[in-house]
Amino acid sequence: MAHQTRLSRLLLSLALGAFAAAMLFPIAFTVLNSFMTEEEIGRNYDLLGKMAEAPAGGQAAFVNLKLLPDWLTIRQYAQVLILSPKFLRMFWNSIALVLPIVAGQTLIGSLAAYAFAKLRFWGRDQLFLVYVMTMLMPFQVTLVPNYLIMDRLGLMDHELAIILPGIFGAFGVFMMRQFMSHIPYALMEAAKMDGAGHGIIFARILLPLAKPGLAALAVLLFVDYWNMVEQPLIFLQDAAKQPLSLFLAQINQSARGVGFAASALYMAPMVLLFLYAESYFVEGIQQSGIKG
Amino acid sequence: MSKGRLRGDGFVAAIFLAPSLIGFSMLYLLPFLIGLYESFTDGTPGGSIVGLENYIELLRSGSFRKAAQNTLLFTGIGVPILIALSLTLAVLLNRVLYFRGWIRTSIMLPLVVPVVSVVTVWQILFDWNGSLNAWFDRVGRARVDWMQSYWSMSIIAVMYVWKNIGYNMILFLAGLQSIPRDYYETASLEGAGRLYRFRHITLVYLSPTMFFVLLISVINSFKVFRETYLLAGDYPYDRLYMLQHYMNNMFFSLNVQKLTAAATLMFGCILLLVSGLLRVERQFREFTD
Repeated sequence: MAHQTRLSRLLLSLALGAFAAAMLFPIAFTVLNSFMTEEEIGRNYDLLGKMAEAPAGGQAAFVNLKLLPDWLTIRQYAQVLILSPKFLRMFWNSIALVLPIVAGQTLIGSLAAYAFAKLRFWGRDQLFLVYVMTMLMPFQVTLVPNYLIMDRLGLMDHELAIILPGIFGAFGVFMMRQFMSHIPYALMEAAKMDGAGHGIIFARILLPLAKPGLAALAVLLFVDYWNMVEQPLIFLQDAAKQPLSLFLAQINQSARGVGFAASALYMAPMVLLFLYAESYFVEGIQQSGIKG
Repeated sequence: MSKGRLRGDGFVAAIFLAPSLIGFSMLYLLPFLIGLYESFTDGTPGGSIVGLENYIELLRSGSFRKAAQNTLLFTGIGVPILIALSLTLAVLLNRVLYFRGWIRTSIMLPLVVPVVSVVTVWQILFDWNGSLNAWFDRVGRARVDWMQSYWSMSIIAVMYVWKNIGYNMILFLAGLQSIPRDYYETASLEGAGRLYRFRHITLVYLSPTMFFVLLISVINSFKVFRETYLLAGDYPYDRLYMLQHYMNNMFFSLNVQKLTAAATLMFGCILLLVSGLLRVERQFREFTD
């Protein structure tokens, strides 16, 4: 591996670079098209979903995939941000749903993870397996009983019907346990000698050392819950409480003009958060993946 | 570790676990048990036990079988493809490259992009009037209705790979970097070929990572439902009708018995998969230790 020639290195870099560009395409496309005028968007993509219209003898008609707009405008953004109060409210709804989930699951997950990774108790591995199993289940598996429970608690149409299951999700426990099991016992032993209890060891030693894991978990949870569609569709019928994902799921079909701008605004926090925390994120994911 | 030591920190562990366990059992365990119970009853207000009747009816139902088949097919083929591709990518990116950081970042970025933000792009590419068909038309081939044909599952697989390849690649990269260099050097000196080294060093020492990647990939293969749902709605083309569609539709038609029976069966399959994986992993670990 060490002795590759400059040429082969260049060729491989170019090939992978092309692949990377293809990966970026959907994102770049959305961002660039968000600066298109409504008229141009209509002209390019109006044929989407109109499949019944067979070309009557003439040329077949297609949408016109266009990366660069003819004319740059920020009108779509103005439309979304200023003229549509619904957008901002739903953006806020998304934040109000996701932040408590991320904070809650990270904290409660870390506490439980400490027990699974660093303490010894009867039935530990079996209980952990139960967590892993629920983590693997699609949301629909417990849909009915969850519905019944939320109904019983009087939480239907309430934000808590989304937030509570989010806070107690098993992924945080799983990921932090994976991460914490790499932190050597020796560090804890030293603190124990100095008379520190488990609370202090957890807060002063484990948590600071687990920072990359916490960062990676927070980003992953943020993305996952920012993205949710099915849960609010069922538990939040009240349009005034729905998150932005539902607004976009509907807008994509009707008002394509502002769709790109709304989509770009919707992905922006995620992309910025990722770019900001990338090194932590990568390190956190990587350490959770290697088993000690 | 001995059994005696395992009992050691029980009290402290209970305190650390309590917040999670309380919510977890209320919101995940209890619902699951209720669902399990429901799947054996007939759904009348009193709820008398009917044994396996719901399951028999479920297995006779054509739409359930179709959904189960499709889910199995997608996970069974999509996950290995995703893993093979991301491992290849990781091996390539593990070399000295130009723009390595940029390439890595670009490949990871789709991971954080919300599905609803790019649904339109997929539509533009794969619609009947879409770009892919436009290119087909230009080279003189008949257009294909991608989302309404046997191709539909491959299209969804493309989206699945696009979104998840970065995560797996990062995990594999870490696994690759943890394999000591001199293993390869020794093997080379002893005349081992490239393929031999890959199979007997890389794959063997990657097995713990592989286990983790497999779990995450299976979870994410179930999440593709969202893309399918947003692109094709409640009743997509036959090939795309997944177990989640089935359960969703049973929910809205208030057929609790079928839903819970289907959910229980799915749980059973995943349990088998996970315990099988754990067994294999344990053997591997003993082997590498």
